Amino acid sequence: MATATNSEQGIDWGGGNLPLRASWGKLMMWFFLLSDAFSFSALLISYGLSRYSHKAFDGKISEFTFSQAHWPIPEKVFEAVPFLHGISLPLVFVGIMTFILILSSVTMVLAVEAGHRGDRRDVEKWMLWTILGGITFLGCQAWEWTHFIHGTEGGGATDFYGNVIYGANLIQNQYGPVPFADLFFFITGFHGMHVTSGVILNIIIFYNTSIGIYDRPNRKIDEGASRYEMVEKVGLYWHFVDLVWVFVFTFFYLV
Amino acid sequence: MAEIQHTQEGEIAKPNTAIIWRTFWILSALTALEFIIAFTIPNSTFRVGVFIILTIAKAAYIVGEFMHLRHEVKFLIWAIVLPMTFVGWLLLAMILEGGSIFMMGQ
Repeated sequence: MATATNSEQGIDWGGGNLPLRASWGKLMMWFFLLSDAFSFSALLISYGLSRYSHKAFDGKISEFTFSQAHWPIPEKVFEAVPFLHGISLPLVFVGIMTFILILSSVTMVLAVEAGHRGDRRDVEKWMLWTILGGITFLGCQAWEWTHFIHGTEGGGATDFYGNVIYGANLIQNQYGPVPFADLFFFITGFHGMHVTSGVILNIIIFYNTSIGIYDRPNRKIDEGASRYEMVEKVGLYWHFVDLVWVFVFTFFYLV
Repeated sequence: MAEIQHTQEGEIAKPNTAIIWRTFWILSALTALEFIIAFTIPNSTFRVGVFIILTIAKAAYIVGEFMHLRHEVKFLIWAIVLPMTFVGWLLLAMILEGGSIFMMGQ
């Protein structure tokens, strides 16, 4: 075996084989995801810091109004659903988005499972569903952003000069203090960027699968890896995107 | 993944997906529970605590089952989980700091 001779020549490390019983590529994906988790944590921690350094709204929920004097209640901000204009449906749309992302995580894990069995047709099928789920999620997020930026009909909070603010951007925010909108754009934007790159990676893996790259008999694979390990590595990334959304959902939309 | 299945030509194993779908239903149920809590219980520290516990439970299912970490070597599990616990500490510290900043402005 090539690796055995490498070890004898001192090219491989000398401490036994695969101490973590995972291939090199998969380990690197894990440690990349750990560092990526730090980036997302930094954003969410900034949100926590901003939120607690502003006044909380302490009246009844039914009496809530948008104002820069207090932090908004998320279920009063995110209550719009496409095609149902003017109807207050708090958190319904974000619930649908959460469900779509969890479902696409399931189809991804089904693709990984099919890869273990070497079932190319099943891998193709589940990768396609995953890509579809990812694109649907991105479409939902595009709508959510558009709505957030344009704002509600009557506008919301008033600025320093008493003018009513319509919509939100990085320097104005009709829903509440400016950092609320800033962190909305940063956190969901950074997450959406991850979903975008995840969809692109999924498309590449789907393409590789369908032209049969992973079934080539003479293809070189890492030690400890299965033939379809690329599906598994990209799967890790995709589940991570879902995982981050679970935290964004709780800390941005629920708490 | 330790087990590598060498399938012969034209011989593909049957899918084994019961555990995947069970995890999916658990995740959906926990999300539904979060929604119910969000609309029935008024906001309080207790409610925030419940949300955080449910979120960590969901994260554990995603990382453990979907990302398969539960079935990896113990050292790898700790290499991933231990650094994240410190992040939880930082989150708590910064939230308390935020409260202090607010009090200073009063």
